[in-house]
Amino acid sequence: MDKFLQLLLSGVALGGIYALVALGFVVVYKSSGAFNFAQGGFVTLGAYMVYQFGGDWGLPFWLGLVLAMLAMAAVGMFLERLAIRPMVGRPAFAVVLITLGLLLVIEQVVRAVWTMPGLVLSVPWGNGRSRLGEVTLRHADLWSMVSAAVLLAAFFGFFRYSRTGLAMRATAADQEAAAAQGISPGRSFAVSWAVAAATAPVAGVMLVSRGGGALSPAVGFTALAAFPAMILGGLDSIGGAVLGGALIGVAEVMSQGYLDVSWLGSNAETVVPYAVMVAVLLWRPEGLLGTRRVERV
Amino acid sequence: MRGLLRRLLPSPDPTRPARPGGASANPLLPSAGAKIMAAAGAAGVAVCPLVLDDPFWITVLANAGTFAVAALGLSLLTGFCGQVSLGHAAFLTVGGYLAAFFGAGWGWPLPAWLAAAAAAGAVIGALVGPFALRLRGNYLVVVTLALIFVVTHVARNWEGFTGGFDGISTNKAPLALGGLDFADMSAFGQRLSREQGLFYLSWILVGISALGVRNLVRTRPGRAMQAIRDRDSAAEVIGVSNARYKIAAFAVSAAMASAAGAVYAVGLRFITPNEPLAELFLSIRFVAIIIVGGMGTVYGAILGALLLGPLPELVKEFVSYLDVTLPGLGRPLVSEVAAAEPLFSTAAFSELLFGLLLVLALLFQPQGIAGAVRSLRVRWAGRASRRPGAG
Repeated sequence: MDKFLQLLLSGVALGGIYALVALGFVVVYKSSGAFNFAQGGFVTLGAYMVYQFGGDWGLPFWLGLVLAMLAMAAVGMFLERLAIRPMVGRPAFAVVLITLGLLLVIEQVVRAVWTMPGLVLSVPWGNGRSRLGEVTLRHADLWSMVSAAVLLAAFFGFFRYSRTGLAMRATAADQEAAAAQGISPGRSFAVSWAVAAATAPVAGVMLVSRGGGALSPAVGFTALAAFPAMILGGLDSIGGAVLGGALIGVAEVMSQGYLDVSWLGSNAETVVPYAVMVAVLLWRPEGLLGTRRVERV
Repeated sequence: MRGLLRRLLPSPDPTRPARPGGASANPLLPSAGAKIMAAAGAAGVAVCPLVLDDPFWITVLANAGTFAVAALGLSLLTGFCGQVSLGHAAFLTVGGYLAAFFGAGWGWPLPAWLAAAAAAGAVIGALVGPFALRLRGNYLVVVTLALIFVVTHVARNWEGFTGGFDGISTNKAPLALGGLDFADMSAFGQRLSREQGLFYLSWILVGISALGVRNLVRTRPGRAMQAIRDRDSAAEVIGVSNARYKIAAFAVSAAMASAAGAVYAVGLRFITPNEPLAELFLSIRFVAIIIVGGMGTVYGAILGALLLGPLPELVKEFVSYLDVTLPGLGRPLVSEVAAAEPLFSTAAFSELLFGLLLVLALLFQPQGIAGAVRSLRVRWAGRASRRPGAG
């Protein structure tokens, strides 16, 4: 039972990180209907920026993190203006393909800028852990859960109550109608890309610190496991991202802990998120909390 | 499905009225230009390995041929049926392992291991089909992404079949077709190398697939797929079965990719499991190939594969031209020597090129090379008709 609780805790923490990455996907999807593969690249780039500001230039960690979030927001807006805005009105899959191209480019740029292997990102909480009864709480896990909760709540509030959030929701519902009301769809897109990119450094730091602090370009690839999380929850639902993230995180960690079946091979947990996703999609194609699409022909 | 297979063979289309002056008109190569292009292509393929005796270029072009077969499959799926797939690398991998297992391991003859690879690809492709029915566009991309993880995982862990991390040799796969052994051909009293034979094999496959796809898209199943691409629910309403054609498109496309992967792996003589990241990049490469070449055309996919397929090999071969020290940075742009701290390794640089080409093509020339050719032809036709006395 202790092992179960321990794994559950770790799984929920991982799920929080996935939910953060998925938040980035969902924000862009909700405002522009595009599926942003470059988010994985943002997570890598964000983590390296935090290293650059904090580790290399010696700024305090929290200042470095905030700077990285601002810098990433600028990168997101820049890429949106450069590569996504001209695609308005083109089929959604063309936009998806462009984000795939951006993913390749960002990935290689990160490798080119930070060539040194074996970089380590140090975080204030380090490798600390506390005992809670029979269960050990890793501080990295605690911070993952806290930051995910704070950012998700902040975004939810922003989306629900601010004027910009309202404009974004209007754009998502109907671009033309929104434009007719004086809302600039272009501005909504820019804000959504900025928000998505700004969450990336946080997710990146949490992923790296969970893995012990070693930076590598593969961080963004781990972040791709957030795809199943967001699909599972429903592409257009923030609550779905949280639920999907938690489910995938717990499933992954549990299978790491319990799935000891030899015929499944080693590292079966890398496949588990996708297996869970496929199973859920066959049952509910629009995801757990997604809106069912009704189409007029 | 049977109707679909029949359509892969050239035959007059019974659902279309006969052309006036009909029986002699070739339905696959309708215009004089198409006939000339096809003849020139065939002649080029026949002559190329004989006059080009550099094994590097022969191998590069042979690989471009296998890439063209897989790209034709993806073009059929994406360009004609509107379904995006990131799983193509997985299909290629499956084909490669089947060539190793049945061809090199069990000594099956060429047609048998090639057919086995294609059949396995078709089965796996058909498994994606049901998702294609329930999910649209964006969701489907991630399901095909899942294929990459699953296939990589199986390739690494099913050691009896794949040799695990160490990989498995494909070298002994027989390459004889009846009396013609592609590994030991001769022409004009000259023995040809294995690379030259593989060049012929892969480009013969390109010819077969190109004619097959061309025939498929001009007949009833092809028009059904294009209707699904344009608006799947509307197509369903007018009686085009989404189930049938989406599953069929995935199966045919995956079969072509698997067959290509089988030949590719035999050309490499060895197959090992890739990193999932490398597999994802390989899949994106095929997307870049069909976008740059021009989606929804047969020659676009072949041109794209010829131009972009060999990019990694070319970057590696001509790295000395790119190995220039950048002023101000003191680091070379591309180098194979890691100690020189290059900005990009050769592999990284070709991935970067693929990414940039994909983005630039989508932004500035979304119809690809084929689209550029089409608009040039329209412009020329306009100029010709404006010329005095031409009309």
